[in-house]
Amino acid sequence: MENKEMQVVEKQEVESNVENIRRVPLFVPPVDIYESNGTLTLVADMPGVSIENLTIDLDKDTLTIRGATGVEETGGRTLLREYVSGDYYRQFSISNLIDREKIDASIKDGVLRLTLPKAESAKPRKIEVKAV
Amino acid sequence: MAIINFPRFPRLFNDPFQEISRMKREMDRMFESLSGPGQMLLGSGVFPPLNIEDDGENLSVHAELPGMKPEDIEISVEGNTLILRGERKPDSVENVNYHRRERLAGRFHKAITLPYEVNSEGVNAEYRNGVLKLNLPRAEHAKAKRIDVKAA
Repeated sequence: MENKEMQVVEKQEVESNVENIRRVPLFVPPVDIYESNGTLTLVADMPGVSIENLTIDLDKDTLTIRGATGVEETGGRTLLREYVSGDYYRQFSISNLIDREKIDASIKDGVLRLTLPKAESAKPRKIEVKAV
Repeated sequence: MAIINFPRFPRLFNDPFQEISRMKREMDRMFESLSGPGQMLLGSGVFPPLNIEDDGENLSVHAELPGMKPEDIEISVEGNTLILRGERKPDSVENVNYHRRERLAGRFHKAITLPYEVNSEGVNAEYRNGVLKLNLPRAEHAKAKRIDVKAA
């Protein structure tokens, strides 16, 4: 993994009926989702998004992540344009096994980190078998 | 008296001009969807993708490099060549079960020829919210000089 060369992956645009209010493209941020010790962690790459421009909504079973990026143009003549900046949008369906009160979010250097702890009742329990 | 019926175009081509403009609209739509916002890119295919703008006196270079440490990004400028080197390290988490793994990690190395020589002393680099911004001022000797014509 360490010696791998970074590859250019074209940003994926959101394919849905959701249209962005601002006239910039809406991209699907790439995510990592992993689970350990009864906690789900979601990590999303959203370069250009600051804490003020990030919204996370939880409505019923849908978790929505939305981030807006600032305008980058400096007014000069464009010499090279290898990427387009835009906003980010992605939705996840989460089960009721998640303890909604304990969801925590942070963003640093354009990386969003969401921790979704599982509810106590959803954690695996050891059931003791009694000898009769 | 013979009535001559001129052959007619089928209904579709009732008005050839209308048909042409319809085709033009279709073509425009097609090209728009190919080159609409988000697609009009001239990529070199080398990571990281860069946006470069020139205001005549300064070049501004932008790159999206989320989740990096500034010390893991190495920038060097020599004459009119800009070199970006670095490594995006994978998250060091152990004993976890991955459900999705879409974020990439790895090393990168990109060299790019700039349209003019820049003053390497005056290069300014800033890393904010995962976006690297470089400002490269044009070298004094690379600036256009105005030559006054003296009256003899």
